[in-house]
Amino acid sequence: MPFIPNTDSDRSRMLAVIGKPSVESLFGDIPEKLRYPELDLPPALSEMEILREIEALAAKNLSSSTCAWFLGAGAYNHFIPSLVPAIASRGEFLSAYTPYQPEVSQGTLQAIFEYQSMAGSLFGVEAMNASHYDGATALAEAVLMAARNAPGRETVVLPAALHPEYKEVIRTYLEPLDVKIREYAGTPAAAAASLDPSAACLVAAYPDFEGRVHDLSGVADAVHAAGALLVVHADPILLGLFKSPGELGADIVTAEGQALGNAMNYGGPFLGMMGAASKYVRKMPGRIAGQASDAEGRRGFVLTLSAREQHIRREKALSNICSNQGLVMLQACIYLATLGKNGLRKVAELCWHKAHYAAAEIAKLPGFSVTKDIFFKEFLVKTPVPAQSIYDKLSRRCVVPGLPLSRYWPDRTHELLVCVTEMNTKEQIDLLAASLKEASK
Amino acid sequence: MNLRPEPLAYELSAPGRCGAALPEPDVPETALPEGLLRDDLPLPEIDELTAVRHFTRLSQKNYSIDTEFYPLGSCTMKYNPKANEAAASLPGWRTTHPLAGAEFSQGALELMYRLQAMLVEIGGFKAASLQPAAGAHGELAGVLMIRKWHRDRGDLKRVKMLIPDSAHGTNPATCSMVGFETVTIPSDADGGVDLAALAAALDDTVAGIMITNPSTLGLFERNIEKIAKLVHDAGGLVYGDGANLNAITGIFRPGDAGIDVMHFNLHKTFSTPHGGGGPGSGMVAAGERLADYLPGPIAVKKDGRFDMAMPKAGIGRLKAFHGNFGVLVRAYTYIRMLGAPGLRRLAETAVLNANYLKAKVEKVYPLKYGRGCMHEFVAMGNFVEGVHTLDIAKRLIDYGFHPPTIYFPLIVPEALMIEPTETETRETLDAFADALLKIAEEARTEPELLHSAPHVTPVGRLDEVAAARCPILCYRG
Repeated sequence: MPFIPNTDSDRSRMLAVIGKPSVESLFGDIPEKLRYPELDLPPALSEMEILREIEALAAKNLSSSTCAWFLGAGAYNHFIPSLVPAIASRGEFLSAYTPYQPEVSQGTLQAIFEYQSMAGSLFGVEAMNASHYDGATALAEAVLMAARNAPGRETVVLPAALHPEYKEVIRTYLEPLDVKIREYAGTPAAAAASLDPSAACLVAAYPDFEGRVHDLSGVADAVHAAGALLVVHADPILLGLFKSPGELGADIVTAEGQALGNAMNYGGPFLGMMGAASKYVRKMPGRIAGQASDAEGRRGFVLTLSAREQHIRREKALSNICSNQGLVMLQACIYLATLGKNGLRKVAELCWHKAHYAAAEIAKLPGFSVTKDIFFKEFLVKTPVPAQSIYDKLSRRCVVPGLPLSRYWPDRTHELLVCVTEMNTKEQIDLLAASLKEASK
Repeated sequence: MNLRPEPLAYELSAPGRCGAALPEPDVPETALPEGLLRDDLPLPEIDELTAVRHFTRLSQKNYSIDTEFYPLGSCTMKYNPKANEAAASLPGWRTTHPLAGAEFSQGALELMYRLQAMLVEIGGFKAASLQPAAGAHGELAGVLMIRKWHRDRGDLKRVKMLIPDSAHGTNPATCSMVGFETVTIPSDADGGVDLAALAAALDDTVAGIMITNPSTLGLFERNIEKIAKLVHDAGGLVYGDGANLNAITGIFRPGDAGIDVMHFNLHKTFSTPHGGGGPGSGMVAAGERLADYLPGPIAVKKDGRFDMAMPKAGIGRLKAFHGNFGVLVRAYTYIRMLGAPGLRRLAETAVLNANYLKAKVEKVYPLKYGRGCMHEFVAMGNFVEGVHTLDIAKRLIDYGFHPPTIYFPLIVPEALMIEPTETETRETLDAFADALLKIAEEARTEPELLHSAPHVTPVGRLDEVAAARCPILCYRG
């Protein structure tokens, strides 16, 4: 076996050193009647056989590399510079553990510190952590953090237009606790103005699930006046262009960071981003890297503030999180450094221009109408025939037109959430418009 | 190892540079929304080659499985076959979308369905969910399932979870997240769960027990069936922490011994890379009692087509979409390359390697519990006055080895927790044992060498206390 190297002759020599007659005799502590079950598994395959099988499975999925792709809704088709996966797949990064021994983990630790720095700049906060499992769990943990910050305040206020799967995750996390969820339908500004003293936090989605970019100026002041915290969940690509949540006064920020250099991968692994104003850093869960120095004064990096974490505090920890999404964070780190100040803004501008061109073209189609709200890269389209039938028809022809909202709300049959990124060419957008027109006949 | 100081990306920045070329818009431009835009985006400006060198140099400041032996106890740092990476990076996975719909995702759904079935078979369970993204996430799933099972039966008073004193910190931290109270059960003289203490703790306020088997002491819990029966008889359920499954694949199925729900660390036992901290997968499998309570959605098969469905009485969703899918592809690839005989060979070799190392060093490095170990063993590093486990760990770095897990489990003083895994050759194990013995000699003859170690790394021991007192968490220009 190529990755179980010790041979039968190695085994004999090793057993002699141990002083045991057989490998089986090492398992004497296991109840005899339960030992060596017959496992009904498919027979072992060689590398070439398994790769052939998996290639066949992989080929059965609809692919953004061969289709005109306008489906987003939480997983986005953005450009990934070639150097990102090339470097992140180096064995020294890929096959290292959590950096508990800092002297032999400076690569990972400095990368976390650089990620925290760049993500912090993007979000306008001083403190970011090293990642959560995805945007949904990051937001759930942010809501828990806000609730812990204000014992006695038992409500968290979420936008109705939050990703439905995020809402489900937040419900799962909050179910055992005495925290109630309330939803608001209007703008974050209106919700902030009517917060009552039971609210621990207000969550604003930036943009919301339907693509609307709400003006958040003044929201933080109103939320703070009500004694609550403002949590802003943002699209990191949008922040290449729009004001940062920190600048707008957010106390806690979260995001799904997949768009920063990570593939759609059927929904995972993704990147949960979380940060906070520096006064809340000791209340924030998750691993955090900090700068340190050695006896000779050399700069290095360590995992820090670990008195918040499970391996030190056990039942008193802020969260049970241990393994996170380290490698996905590394890809985001390399992406942010590579695109940098100029590149990220350009990606955001391309999304803006192309999405607005697409919206204008679709608005011209008979029977279709497009949202009048401010949007960034994703917008809501009302369709003259059921959106799911358009989706099925077009996707079979490799034009994936967006998300039919009936997927989450069975009664919203004639609405399609269309996403346009820098990856969509004018030709693809024109094809989308022509296909929508044809499919609605 | 690269010893030269590496600047931060920000310190390599020069105005006007960019590491990626992007096209000009091919559509008519739309005016940007004044008043909503940011004035400044303070990110670095570096060219592509500078970025490549910077991150490549950083990578060279890591120890990793691909470059060094990494016997980190309880972390199962085995080699990650490159076929896993090839399989997971196929364009058909990377470029497909979680909401494309079942008709357009049959390959992904079939892989998940098959993986669920294989893991259920390996663990001796009835059903599985691939939702959880890490071991601790799987624990959260399992404890929520146990909680809901009791509550659905109208039993609201079961708010205590029993946890052996050798457990990982994630176990009690998970219980706190669901509002459970943790009751610590001591270990007996043999390193197993103290049955008398367990029996005394059981009453109608106990929701269940979280048990790691083999334990973090590297010992198989010989009374596992008795423990499960005691807890079940008292109306509780049994959670299995699968962190140490690498010792028993193909040899023992936790479900057969009465475990009701267990998480599997695909990033340990099933060889998906740790990635400097993740992503992992902590998928959960459940037996008869809890199968309907799994988080969802899970992959199902109906009339020859694959789809996703929510379990009947499930606890709901634990993350958006379908788990850490890329990790699932790697684990699937690995299990298919091993098959049932390979899984047994894996566990046998992991246990053989650990016992071999233990036999070579135990005369010098004392053990608190002397019986035969499974895939790891816990030695103590306090055999020379004035020398500590930390010093031994740091000195191992000078010999080109990643240190073992240290100071855990908490019930062994000065613990050195050593897990070699099955992927190391006898020669590597010999070299590591030789280094440990040499260091023990140095501890007596030249202790300063240990106190000042490591000597071959880009930085020496860092002042973690100062770093936590005045935290610097980002570049400040």
